[in-house]
Amino acid sequence: MGSGVESVEIKSASKHYGAVVALDNVTLSVAPREFVSLLGPSGSGKTTLLGLLGGFIQPTSGSIHFGERDVTLEPPHKRNIGVVFQNYALFPHMSVGENVAFPLRARRLPKADWPAKVRGALAMVGLAGYEERGVAQLSGGQRQRVALARAMIFEPRLILMDEPLSALDKQLRESMQIELRQLHKRIGATIIYVTHDQREALTMSDRVAILKDGRLIQIDKPAQLHDHPADSFVASFIGEASLLPVRRIDSGSVALGPATLRSARAIPNGDALMLAVHSEKLLIDDGADNAALNRLTGTVTDVVYQGESLRIFIALPDGTALSLRQPSHHEAYRRIPPVGGPLTVTLHPEDTIIVPKAAE
Amino acid sequence: MTHSTPDLSLRHHRREQGLMLALASPALLVILLLIVLPVGWLAWQSIYHDGFTLENYRRIFSEAIYWRSFSLTFQISLLVTVLALLLGYPIAYAASVVPKGWSVLILALVILPFWTSVLVRAYAWLALLQRTGVVNQFLQYLGVIDEPLALVHNTFGTVVATVHILLPFMVLPLYATMQKIPHDLMQAGASLGGSPSHTFWRIFLPLSLPGVLAGTTLVFVLCLGFYITPELLGGGRTVMVSLLVSRNVELYDQWGAASAVGVVLLLSVLVIFLIVGRFIPLDRILGQK
Ligand SMILES: Nc1ncnc2c1ncn2[C@@H]1O[C@H](COP(=O)(O)OP(=O)(O)O)[C@@H](O)[C@H]1O
Ligand SMILES: [Mg+2]
Repeated sequence: MGSGVESVEIKSASKHYGAVVALDNVTLSVAPREFVSLLGPSGSGKTTLLGLLGGFIQPTSGSIHFGERDVTLEPPHKRNIGVVFQNYALFPHMSVGENVAFPLRARRLPKADWPAKVRGALAMVGLAGYEERGVAQLSGGQRQRVALARAMIFEPRLILMDEPLSALDKQLRESMQIELRQLHKRIGATIIYVTHDQREALTMSDRVAILKDGRLIQIDKPAQLHDHPADSFVASFIGEASLLPVRRIDSGSVALGPATLRSARAIPNGDALMLAVHSEKLLIDDGADNAALNRLTGTVTDVVYQGESLRIFIALPDGTALSLRQPSHHEAYRRIPPVGGPLTVTLHPEDTIIVPKAAE
Repeated sequence: MTHSTPDLSLRHHRREQGLMLALASPALLVILLLIVLPVGWLAWQSIYHDGFTLENYRRIFSEAIYWRSFSLTFQISLLVTVLALLLGYPIAYAASVVPKGWSVLILALVILPFWTSVLVRAYAWLALLQRTGVVNQFLQYLGVIDEPLALVHNTFGTVVATVHILLPFMVLPLYATMQKIPHDLMQAGASLGGSPSHTFWRIFLPLSLPGVLAGTTLVFVLCLGFYITPELLGGGRTVMVSLLVSRNVELYDQWGAASAVGVVLLLSVLVIFLIVGRFIPLDRILGQK
């Protein structure tokens, strides 16, 4: 019990609600002190998976292990997990201090120790001195912090968070992301974090698990996920990618319409292949005679100014749409032709990502 | 500029209040005609009979029968309220935690008796509880008792039937409050280490108090003036205040005396609420977000 950190293992877990398959044979292991995000569109089973870990939901089949222990049938209050709920789930009839002290009371810890612990937990989240406040008086960000303090005060080995920042505005969300990361390093707990925001997942996590329709599609480090997506669903979900259907020619090249593209990566077998082009991987052709690069020529259809960068949309001769990003720099302005003008872009074979088309 | 803004919003606020008052006026008129006027007339009758008199009130405070009746009425109402709460709370709780279909069924069973008249239900209890009634015959058949029990024509029968008839008024406000308690609060309580009973006592129960308050108030007040069950099942021995009123009118044609009883009952309820309100932060419980 207490501060020992353990690994988490989910073995072939499924959850069915009648005919609805909320979770389909998910196997996942999380190392001690790891920060893993569960990322997927709404309805992909993220909350259900978190519910299995928290003990609020019983799996239809499969098992959950904390370290050596099988906790599949253990009730939530025996699991010693800190949970931060999507809408914080603060107790409205208690003050901030009473909320944070709830786990201490529930564990029958000596009452004399509460004030110091509550003070420490609130200081940890930057809310020192808020003990007497009512929950209703707090802002969204402050509620989020109270929920966090309450989930950490008993030093759980595992903390689960269900979209804890989704209700905050963008600026607060980004600063909380950094704070959570630092907090994670400081307390050294294992954190499993649910989000539908890919940038948030990439920013915060050691590894990201991609869920779709209750299935685990891929779990990897952020950079790996970005550069080596398992299929077109992952590629479309991570980063800003255009997905174009291609045909396999041989183990080193594919056909995109009339053009042939070389890839330095292994090209998967199969008929249904997609090219995933991240907009930051396309460069404007500088005319250097580098025959190794893939070249695509199209017409500029739109140039969108987005502050720190420009997003340029081009259409290939067969109508296929692509986009690329350029930093909003004077040099870039000069090289971009006006709308309707021709533009040739290069794609390095190392960045030519070919993925199998995901099932609909 | 900076000064005119609060003025404007205040004026806006006033106008909005005026509009609200206008919208509420038909309802206020109905309340005035159907409640305030009759009650006022009642109060007037109790102190005016061929001239101003406090004779009716003097009798209430000096004659033992009145004191006994008031005391009995409050005792029975308290007992009925407590029993209805003890029975109603688990029912409402069950209805609020089971899946939707089941909760509809439970509530339907609670409300179903509403569709038969109170009179019919009171007679049904008579049929069940009387000396030759179903309950006594069954117990005698089983050999549990030799002589029939006096289950009716007394306070017991009155209380049983009144609890049954008033139970929906307890269950419905309780359920309304309970189903609004967010489910993830209970999950949060459990995940933070609260056993099911700890979570119930510390989270669910406090959050259900507005419903408890509404339900108990409703049942208590309805019970204070309840007439049919003490009349049919009380056997003349359970003289609740409502019976005093009807006897004063029907037997003795004493409208003034009957009115005075009504006024005293009304005032004592108001006093009780004022006292309770001092000790329980009603507005905080009812206004809880
Ligand atoms: N109690 C339930 N009864 C029936 N279906 C449910 C229930 N809970 C979740 N589901 C279904 O399971 C799927 C996954 O839900 P959920 O885990 O909440 O997704 P997410 O959190 O990723 O948005 C959804 O299709 C949802 O409709
Ligand atoms: Mg969810």
